[in-house]
Amino acid sequence: MKNGKNPMWEAYQKEIANDHYYFARSCIRQNFFPAAEDLYLKILRDELGKDIYDDARQTSCTGIAYHSGIIPMETTMTVVARQFALMNEAGYENFVCSCVTSFGIYAEILETWKHFPEKEKQTREALKRATGMTFEIPKNLVHASDLVYKFREEIAAKAKFKLINKQTGEPLKVVDHIGCHYAKIFPKEGIGGAEFPYVLAGMIDEWGGAQVDYPERRHCCGFGFRQYLLKSNRGYSVSNSKKKFDSMEPFHPDLIIANCPGCTFFLDRWQYVISEMDGKTYGENGYGIPVLTYEELAGLLLGYNPWSMGLQLHQVAVEPLLNKLGIEYNPDEKYKGVNGLDLGKPELPNTLKCC
Amino acid sequence: MIKHIEALKQDVRFVEGLKSCINCGVCTAICPAAQFYNYDPRMIADTVQKGNEAEIEQLLKSDTIWFCGECLSCKTRCPRGNTPGYIIQALRALSIETGFFIESKQGQKQLAIKRTVGEHILKYGYCVYIDEVNTEMYPEQGPVWDWLKQNRQEVLERLGTSYQKNQSGTLRQIPEESPNDLRRIFDETGATERFEKIETQSALKANEMGMNKNEYFDYLYNDNKEPER
Repeated sequence: MKNGKNPMWEAYQKEIANDHYYFARSCIRQNFFPAAEDLYLKILRDELGKDIYDDARQTSCTGIAYHSGIIPMETTMTVVARQFALMNEAGYENFVCSCVTSFGIYAEILETWKHFPEKEKQTREALKRATGMTFEIPKNLVHASDLVYKFREEIAAKAKFKLINKQTGEPLKVVDHIGCHYAKIFPKEGIGGAEFPYVLAGMIDEWGGAQVDYPERRHCCGFGFRQYLLKSNRGYSVSNSKKKFDSMEPFHPDLIIANCPGCTFFLDRWQYVISEMDGKTYGENGYGIPVLTYEELAGLLLGYNPWSMGLQLHQVAVEPLLNKLGIEYNPDEKYKGVNGLDLGKPELPNTLKCC
Repeated sequence: MIKHIEALKQDVRFVEGLKSCINCGVCTAICPAAQFYNYDPRMIADTVQKGNEAEIEQLLKSDTIWFCGECLSCKTRCPRGNTPGYIIQALRALSIETGFFIESKQGQKQLAIKRTVGEHILKYGYCVYIDEVNTEMYPEQGPVWDWLKQNRQEVLERLGTSYQKNQSGTLRQIPEESPNDLRRIFDETGATERFEKIETQSALKANEMGMNKNEYFDYLYNDNKEPER
């Protein structure tokens, strides 16, 4: 597959600055994978020697509220403009965001300002009136995974593990889930475009795994913004994830890696829900298919302790993956607090096997 | 009052979203919402393209415009450069602006989103915050979330976060100037006005249905059925 589609992927390379970024955090990733963003910063700074600025004053881009229809486009544009102003104040010109929804929001606003210059003018005036701030548009806008992709060879060179099953010597079968707003809105903004996004596939290839090309590979995880946010509409969300799980199941994936914080969360938690509702599990021996973010995968391969990376906060147990990779871990440390404080253990699900 | 179609044409998302629909149905074929709900984005594009005021008003009062999940898969696929997802954004904005959102159950639910995500942004600087998420409202979070919530100080410290601390980092206590800036931006750009419109119209509807503020929220957030009286 790689040889056949590579020429098309290569036609879709985007600009990714080499260094010096202002980092914008994600609403979802901070809460549901609370060690992931600091792990990302650690990899960028300590492993790759990059300069990346983490500002206490930054905020949400408001994308979830915007796509749910509760705030106007003008509000989101002005909040984004404030983020750019903070980036300027900190002395940076390159902007990296840790969320695919945010990446889509930033890309869409920059594109809107090109098509409708009066909107940029109105935004500048609104920001000035509201905060006194002014801003310059970033020279380079990237998603956090773009940088991991760009430096995937450097990470591979430092890695202690490869995406190889230690017992069989075979490449692990890895599902990549890109997240709709990474490239479906503006294909030119994503590595590989919308049809053959290579941002995560490039990591899988470089780190020794095998891509899983299943029928619903490009289908939405089912977030649906207002559809998930309301319990009464949430069936939409789980149904769309189930469609993907059912489609990937015959390929027996060892791992799912996801680009977007929301997608990572849904692909993890909906496996738990489906197991509770239907008694159905998608991994081996009653387990689920482990779901990781790209920085969590990079961290594991670099040899970081899985419990320092917060992998105990995934509802689908990661141990089957750790065992295949040959990563040694102490199961007794999994649910400990600072200095080994005993915090008990989460209750076990009824069906989904957890460690 | 200006015509609905004229109001839509003032929204850049409508201008970008509707070029020239040929009714091919590719958007519907790719649409996750069309696979789950009785929803057809092709019909939305067709209705607004025809420009019939009565039909557009019917859309503004309907559940239909609230079924889209904004994945924007339609943008990639449309052979004529239309984006039904953008048309939906413009219709939803107009539905709230005109007050028609209150005519449909799905439209009414905007209140529950305003009360959660909308208010979280102004309180915490982010759409989501750990302290507001529990397994009663979000049961899919699972037992691991209950464990995290019960032990959040210890777990979040072990993971090196900035939970409730006045410093940069994950889950920090955001400096006061940031939500203050956001509030002024919301005032300046129409979000505050939209929030007030959602609250005012919802209060009238709740009153009409004989529910108090919390009962109405529960009715919208939790259940598709009206409570028995």
